[in-house]
Amino acid sequence: MSNEIELIKDPGLPAHVHRRADSDPAAAARAERQVAILFMLSAAGTLLLIYSYIFVADDKFVFIPVLGQTNVHQLGLGMGMAIALFCIGAGAIHWAKTLMPDEEVIAHRHEFRSDDEDRAEFIKTVKAGAGAAGLGRRPLIKRTLGAALGLSALTPLLLLRDLGPLPKDELSKTSWKKGTRLVTDPGDRPIKAEDLEVGAVAQTLPELAQGEERTLNNIGKDAVLLIRLRPEEFNLDAERLSWTYQGIIAFSKICSHMGCAVALYEQQTKHLLCPCHQSTFDVTRAAKVIFGPAARPLPQLAITVDAEGYLVAQQPFTEPVGPSFWERSS
Amino acid sequence: MTARERIAGNVAGYVDDRTGAAKWMKKNLTKVFPDHWSFLLGEICLYSFVILLLSGTFLTFWFDPSQREVIYDGGYQPLSGLKMSAAYASTLHISFEVRGGLLMRQIHHWAALIFMVGIVVHLLRVYFTGAFRKPREFNWIIGVGLLTLGIVEGFLGYSLPDDLLSGTGIRIAEAIIQALPLVGSYIAFFAFGGAFPGEAFIPRIYTVHVLLLPGIFLALITVHLMLVWYQKHTQFPGPGRTEKNVVGYPLMPVYMAKAGGFFFIVFGVTAFLGAVASINPIWLYGPYTPGQISAGSQPDWYMGWLDGLVRMAPPLETHAFGHTISWNILIPGLILPGIMFTGLALYPFIESWATGDKREHHLLDRPRNAPNRTAIGAMALTFTLVGLINGGNDIIATTFHLTINQMMWFSRIGIIVLPPIAFVITKRLCLSLQRADRDLVLHGRETGRLVRMPNGEFTEIHEPISPEKAWLLTSHEQIAPLELAELDEAGVRRPSAIKNKIRNRISRATAVAVPKASETERRELEEHH
Repeated sequence: MSNEIELIKDPGLPAHVHRRADSDPAAAARAERQVAILFMLSAAGTLLLIYSYIFVADDKFVFIPVLGQTNVHQLGLGMGMAIALFCIGAGAIHWAKTLMPDEEVIAHRHEFRSDDEDRAEFIKTVKAGAGAAGLGRRPLIKRTLGAALGLSALTPLLLLRDLGPLPKDELSKTSWKKGTRLVTDPGDRPIKAEDLEVGAVAQTLPELAQGEERTLNNIGKDAVLLIRLRPEEFNLDAERLSWTYQGIIAFSKICSHMGCAVALYEQQTKHLLCPCHQSTFDVTRAAKVIFGPAARPLPQLAITVDAEGYLVAQQPFTEPVGPSFWERSS
Repeated sequence: MTARERIAGNVAGYVDDRTGAAKWMKKNLTKVFPDHWSFLLGEICLYSFVILLLSGTFLTFWFDPSQREVIYDGGYQPLSGLKMSAAYASTLHISFEVRGGLLMRQIHHWAALIFMVGIVVHLLRVYFTGAFRKPREFNWIIGVGLLTLGIVEGFLGYSLPDDLLSGTGIRIAEAIIQALPLVGSYIAFFAFGGAFPGEAFIPRIYTVHVLLLPGIFLALITVHLMLVWYQKHTQFPGPGRTEKNVVGYPLMPVYMAKAGGFFFIVFGVTAFLGAVASINPIWLYGPYTPGQISAGSQPDWYMGWLDGLVRMAPPLETHAFGHTISWNILIPGLILPGIMFTGLALYPFIESWATGDKREHHLLDRPRNAPNRTAIGAMALTFTLVGLINGGNDIIATTFHLTINQMMWFSRIGIIVLPPIAFVITKRLCLSLQRADRDLVLHGRETGRLVRMPNGEFTEIHEPISPEKAWLLTSHEQIAPLELAELDEAGVRRPSAIKNKIRNRISRATAVAVPKASETERRELEEHH
C-alpha cells in the first residue's frame, strides 16, 4: 500500500540566511561594541559588590516599591553579583550569536549496534571468558561464593546497629504519672482551675522534679493541651467525663496522625485542628476525629486537683501518644 | 592574531605530547549540537547544581551541624536569650552577621528550587518528545534517579537549619518511617539515635546532605552527560534532519560561548533572586520544639504534592492481633509515590512493549503525533497537580475564602476523576491537532482574503504552505498496531492468547492517528480544483 502513496519529500536544509554582521563591517563593529559594553557592565556590577561589602553598613534600610523595607548592604551585594554574572553571560551569548559562525553543520550518526561480525566475536569472547572461569562446571565454587557474598552483606547492617537504641516501650510511655502537676509552657507554673476561663486554652507540660532537665524528647511526648468548656457542653461517657475537672479537659497535643503539634483551637465550634494535614478533632466528644486523615482521637489525659488545688494527672496516659507504629495495640 | 594563534597551537601541542589527546579532541571539539530552547532545560539543572556546590560550600564554613543546646546571644534581638540548637543559632549567625551570608543562603535555596524545577521541566520535555526511546533508556533511568535524589536532598537541606518549620517536616518524615510495618519503630530509633527528635539527626543528615548525596549526584550527572555526548543529542524533526544525522552548531567556539555564557546567566538570575526575593526567613519561625507549630506549614514545592496526598488520605488504620497498620500514612506516603516513580522509570520499556518498536530513535516526536503518550503524561501531571494543590489547601482556602472542607473534597474527588478526564481531553486534542496539520498541508493556509467569484459565490483564498513546513507536518512515522496471533495455525487458542490480546488492544490504542497528508492526495485535490 505504501508503495502507491507518494509521501511529501524532504526539501533539505534551507539556504543559510546571512546576518547583517556577516556582510556589513559596520554592523559587526556595532555588535563588538555591544558585547564589550555588556562585559564592562559586568565589571561595574563587581565594583558595586565591592563597594557594598566595604562601605555600606549592614543595618541601613531603604524603602523600595514592591520589595518594601530593604537592607541596602544585602541588596547591593546581591545586585552587584547578579549584574556581574548576568552580563558576562549575556555578553558571551551575544558574541556567539552575532559574530561567531552561524551556519548549521551536519554531522553523521551511526547506529550503535556493532556489525554482526564484531558482535559475534564479542559474544564469543564473553562466552569463552565465562567458560574459562568454569562457574557452570564448578557448582561448589558458585554456591560457596554466593553464600559468602550474601553473608558479607550482613556486615554493614550489623555495624549500623549501634545507630540507636531499641525502641522498647519508649514510644508507649510518657512522663505523666499519677499526681504529676500540670505546669504552664512556657513558665513552668502550676495551674489552678480558676486560672483558666471558660473558652481558654493552655499548653502544659508535666512538672519537673528537683534537678530534672526537660529535653525536646520529653516535650515531643508530654505536651498537653488544656481546654476549658462549660461542663454541660461535653458529650462524653461517664468514664471520660470523670477524667475532666470542672469543664477542663486535657488532650495530648501531639497529633495522632503524624505527630505535629495540634495547635489551632477554634473556640466557636470547639474543634482542634492540626495545621500540618488538617485533621480536626471535636473537643466535646473526647477529640473524636471529624475530618482529615487522622484515624484516632487525641489521647485524653485524666486530670483532677491535688490537696492544694493545683491540676494534676489522675493517672498516666492510657494509650501511646503520637503517630501510630507497628507495635501499637489499639 | 598570528601570535595568539601560535600560542593556542603550542598549548594544543603541549597537551597532545603528554596525553595523545589530539585524535579525540579534533573530533570532539567540533562536535555538533542541535539548537532548540528546550535543550537548555537540562543545562539549567547542571548549572544550578554547580551553584549549589559553590554556595553550599560557603555555608558549611559557618554552619554548625549540631543539636547541642545553646543560648542565643547574636544580633537578632527578638530571639535573644532563647534556648536553641547550635544548628539554628549558626544559621542565624550566617543570616545576620556574616557579610553576604544571607545572600548565599538565599542563593543556595533558590538554586535548589531552580534545580528541581529544571529537572521536572527537563523530564517533561524528554517525555513528551519521546527522547527516552532506544537507545536512551539508561539515561532516562538515571534522570529519574536524579529527580528522586533531588527531592530527598532538597528536603534534607531545608531541614538542616532546625527551625520550627523544618523540624515539623522532620517530624512528619519520622512518622512515615515509624509507620512501616514490622520494622518501622526500629528504623526510626536507629535513624534518630533514639526517640524523636533526639540529638543525632541534624549531624547525620548533614553528612548525607553535603557528602553522600552530592557525591552520588556528581557520579550520576557525569554518566548522564557522557551518555548524551556519546549518543549525540536528539533533534527535532525538520527539513534536512534525519535519523542518520545531527544538524546544529559545533562545540568550539559557538557552544562553548553559548553554554558557558548560559552558566553565568543562570548564576546571575539566581543571584538576583537571592538579592531581592526573601526565601525561608528562618528567624521568623523560631527554634524547633515539638510542642509548637506555625499555622500554614508548607513544604518546598517538590514535596508539596506528597504532602497533599497525605492530607487528602482517608482516615484508615487497621488494628489487628495487637498491631497497627496506618494506611492513611503508608498509601499516600510510600505506596503511591513508589508506584509513580517505578512507572516513570519503566515507561520507556512499557511503551516499546506496547508498540513493538525496538528501533533506535534520534528524531523527536511532536507531542501531538504520539497522542497516547501525551495523554498519559497529561494524566500523570494532573494527578500530581491535584496533589500539589491540596498540599497548599490551607493557603488556598484562606486566600480565596474557601473552606478546608471544600478544598479537601475537591482534591479527594478530583484526584480520581480529573486524571482520566485529562487523558481523554488530551488525546482528543492531539488528534484534532493532527487533523489541523493534515488540513493545512492539503488545503494550505487561510489568508483571510475573501474574493467574490463571477457567479456571486464568496470564497477565501488559501495559500499553499512552504515545502519545509509541509515536510515538518508530514515527516513523522505512523506506526501500525501490532497484530499478535491469539490462535495458532490450527485455530486453537495459543498459551499466550490473553497476553497477546491485551498487548494488541494497548497497541491499537497507541496507534490511533489521523492519517497524515501525502503528495498523492495533494495532487488529487489539485486536479479536482
